[in-house]
Amino acid sequence: MKEEIIIAGFGGQGVLSMGKILAYAGLMDNLEVTWMPAYGPEQRGGTANVTVILSDAQISSPVLNTYDTAVILNQQSLDKFESKVKPGGTLIFDPYSIHHAPTRKDINIYPVEAMEATFELSSSKAYNMVLLGALLKIRELLPVEAVMKGLKKTLPERHHHLLPTNKTAILKGMDLVKI
Amino acid sequence: MEEVRLMKGNEAVAHAAIRYGVDGYFGYPITPQSEILETLEELMPWETTGMVVLQAESEVAAINMVYGGAATGKACMTSSSSPGISLKQEGISYIAAGQLPALIVNCMRGGPGLGTIQPSQADYFQATKGGGHGDYRLIVLSPASVQEMADFVALGFDLAFKYRNPVMMLADGIVGQMMEKVVLPPQRPRRTDEEIARQCPWAVTGRHENRRPNIMTTLELDPVEMEKNNLRLQETYRIISENEVRFEEHCTDDCEYLIVAFGSVARICQKAMEEARAEGLKVGILRPITLWPFPYDEVKRLSKKSKAILVVELNAGQMIEDVKLSLEDRVSVHHYGRMGGIVMDPSEVLGAIKNIIEK
Repeated sequence: MKEEIIIAGFGGQGVLSMGKILAYAGLMDNLEVTWMPAYGPEQRGGTANVTVILSDAQISSPVLNTYDTAVILNQQSLDKFESKVKPGGTLIFDPYSIHHAPTRKDINIYPVEAMEATFELSSSKAYNMVLLGALLKIRELLPVEAVMKGLKKTLPERHHHLLPTNKTAILKGMDLVKI
Repeated sequence: MEEVRLMKGNEAVAHAAIRYGVDGYFGYPITPQSEILETLEELMPWETTGMVVLQAESEVAAINMVYGGAATGKACMTSSSSPGISLKQEGISYIAAGQLPALIVNCMRGGPGLGTIQPSQADYFQATKGGGHGDYRLIVLSPASVQEMADFVALGFDLAFKYRNPVMMLADGIVGQMMEKVVLPPQRPRRTDEEIARQCPWAVTGRHENRRPNIMTTLELDPVEMEKNNLRLQETYRIISENEVRFEEHCTDDCEYLIVAFGSVARICQKAMEEARAEGLKVGILRPITLWPFPYDEVKRLSKKSKAILVVELNAGQMIEDVKLSLEDRVSVHHYGRMGGIVMDPSEVLGAIKNIIEK
């Protein structure tokens, strides 16, 4: 098993932390993982992206030019990464912030109304967890329990009371996807 | 068994430094290596091992604190990124001249000048050919993974103390910023004063009744004596060159086209190699782990069965000069590089290999 994932959106949308949780979940599931952020000034509100690789074998390059799966949170990222999804790969996007929908026919495209779903949740910060839930449903990369363990590792202890909220968000994201 | 953890290369350096029993870290923040100082501040080792962690007022101050601490036999280190490492060069030359052990971590970013904060390998010349003034050498270790960022702290200090010579860990923004699995070394206690006195009889540790005073200076106005100092340094460098060359090979048994790359770029090339092999192209990789001493003999050995060599670097062509030095013009040597913080992806390397084959 090897999954090369790009997650991209605005800085502040939780792109890097979503990748981090995925990476920690991979660790919990005994996979090899790399998490490579675009660490530039993007973090302060421009575009942010992170490459996460999950594999049962050793990982060579942390830098990639094509991806099995792209999780896209804004238009700029869609413009940049739609062409970089491998044929037969997966593109997940939130139509909320997309004006021009993806057009490729050789990949599996999943619009996920994550922002709308987040409005119904108690925490607007759980947006990235809704998308993570959708990703987990579509790609079945990791069991939810491994993700929850990963989340627990990523969150400082003082925020552990937020774990149930996050789990609700993940499950909500999973529900949004009808396969 | 130590727990497998997930962290950034920079964080791994900080953890490994505490666990090695480092006595002092002196630094100044600069992207993309600030997490080293930040993690140390967060872990507060002064309350556990007694390690000093100090944010100096400048890079120049930090390296001179390392110089002072190292002169007393303590295990001292600093870290910075390219422009900051340039500022430290005078101090590094002094530490080398004083034959003092120290670890300097450079998490390279794109230059020249203040440049960018993105990854680069453009300080290869600076690290391996001098950097500061005078005829000195640093032992230069090039990590390609977060695990090696952790492991090379111990290796770096061990080599630094073994040869009384500063060691540079030449990392880059990719290995510094990426998160990977890492197993940290076990916690060692810091050395006691008695242990330091035994290990470092040269250390400047105050007046002692029963021995002649140790004096630490790099000034020697008598040219005859200064030449002797140089000869002593050169002898050390000869011994290091004979004994400490480290490298790693991938698929070189049957390779026709050899890639030479160091650090994170060697990993990018590995993926390009996998793709090339899937297309039937016999590509192999030599990854120098010590950039100084450079694995000249291994490049020469592998060149004998190679039709061409491609040197891939995040610079305009620096290590390629050492590769060419190894070869005596037997094989054509090509370069592929990106600059200023732009990182090549595996398909670019594959394209460069194909360009050579088509020629």
